[in-house]
Amino acid sequence: MAYQMNGSTVEHDEEGYITDLGAWNKELADLIAADENIEMTDEHWEVVNFLREYYEEYQIAPAVRVLIKAIKKTMGKDKGNNKYLYTLFPYGPAKQACKIAGLPKPTGCV
Amino acid sequence: MSEQEQEFSGSDVQKKFLYLNRRAPYGTIYALESLEVVLIGAAFDQDVSLAFLDDGVYQLLKGQDTKAIGMKNFSPTYRALGDYEVTKLYVEKESLEERGLSIDDLMEITYEDEDDDWAEKPSIQLVNRSEFAAIMAAQDVILSF
Amino acid sequence: MSVLHTVNKSPFEKAAFESCLKHTGPGDAVLLIEDGVYAAVKGTAVADRIAGGNGAVSLYALGPDLAARGITESAVIETVKVVDYGGFVDLITEYDVSQAWL
Repeated sequence: MAYQMNGSTVEHDEEGYITDLGAWNKELADLIAADENIEMTDEHWEVVNFLREYYEEYQIAPAVRVLIKAIKKTMGKDKGNNKYLYTLFPYGPAKQACKIAGLPKPTGCV
Repeated sequence: MSEQEQEFSGSDVQKKFLYLNRRAPYGTIYALESLEVVLIGAAFDQDVSLAFLDDGVYQLLKGQDTKAIGMKNFSPTYRALGDYEVTKLYVEKESLEERGLSIDDLMEITYEDEDDDWAEKPSIQLVNRSEFAAIMAAQDVILSF
Repeated sequence: MSVLHTVNKSPFEKAAFESCLKHTGPGDAVLLIEDGVYAAVKGTAVADRIAGGNGAVSLYALGPDLAARGITESAVIETVKVVDYGGFVDLITEYDVSQAWL
C-alpha cells in the first residue's frame, strides 16, 4: 500500500501511517489529509507542526490526552481542548493529525 | 478502541503499579517493551512508578546515540513520562556505583507539579538498596522487565 | 593459533565475560560488543578484571555499541582499544579462529 505523489510512491501501513518517517514532506501531508477528507488550514498545520516537534524531542507520538494538555500549555486553553481539536480532526486529533504529520500511530492508542 | 474510550474510567479503584527494570537498553527488547507498556498503561489513571536497578540503570544514561547501530534511540522518551503523569522514577544508588556511575551520568528527567503551581521537579529519586524491599512491599502490582 | 573472543553480554548480568577471561591464552584478543561493552568502563565493580590483565591479551570494544549506550571514549579503560565495524572485520581476519561467548 502506498501514496502516489508526483510519480513517486510512499509506502504506508494498513491504516495509512507512512512506514518511512524520512519520506514525509508538506506535499505528502496535503495528500494524506485529502485522503482523510481534511483541507489543511493554518490551524491544522499548527497542530501537525506541534506533533512533529514533539516527536523530534521525545521520539514518540503523544496519546490524545497528552497532546491536548501539551497544546493547552503552549497555545492556551482556547486550542488545548477536545472540542477545538476534534473540530479540526474529526476522527481524533492524535490519530489523524499524526498520520498527516507522517508519524507512527500514537503510543497508547489501541 | 476510540480515542475517547481510551480515557478509561471503568473503575474508581486506583492501584499502585511498579514497573521494575533490570535490563540494559539495546541488547534485549525488555527496556523498550517496558517503556511502551508504561505509556499505554498510563491512560488508565493508576498510581504508577518505575524502578531502575541492576543493568536497568543503563536505560537512563545520557548521551545515547544509536545512529551507528541502526536501532531507534528511545532514551528521549523517558523525558516525556512527566507528560503522561508518571513522575516517580526510583534509581538504585548501589547499582549506579557498581557500574562506575552517579546521578550526574543520567538524563535530566522532570515533571511539572500540578499541585505546586506547575513547578518543575526532578522525577528521578535515588534510593538505597535497603529501601527497595519497602518500595516493593507497598505495591499492589509489580511488573518485571 | 590465536583466538579472537567476543563477548556480547553485560558482565553484571551473565558470567560470559568472566568465563571468557579465564579461557584466554597469550596472543589472544577479546572484543567487547553489544551489552559486553559495559565491561570496558572505568570504575565499575569488574574494571579490575581488565585493568589487572598482564597485557598478554589484547582488548577491544566496538565504538558504535559504546555510543549507542551513552558511553564516551573517555569513560573507557585506557588498555581497551575502541574499534569501528571496519576494525571488527580486520580483527576477524587477523586471528585464526573466533569464539563467541554468548
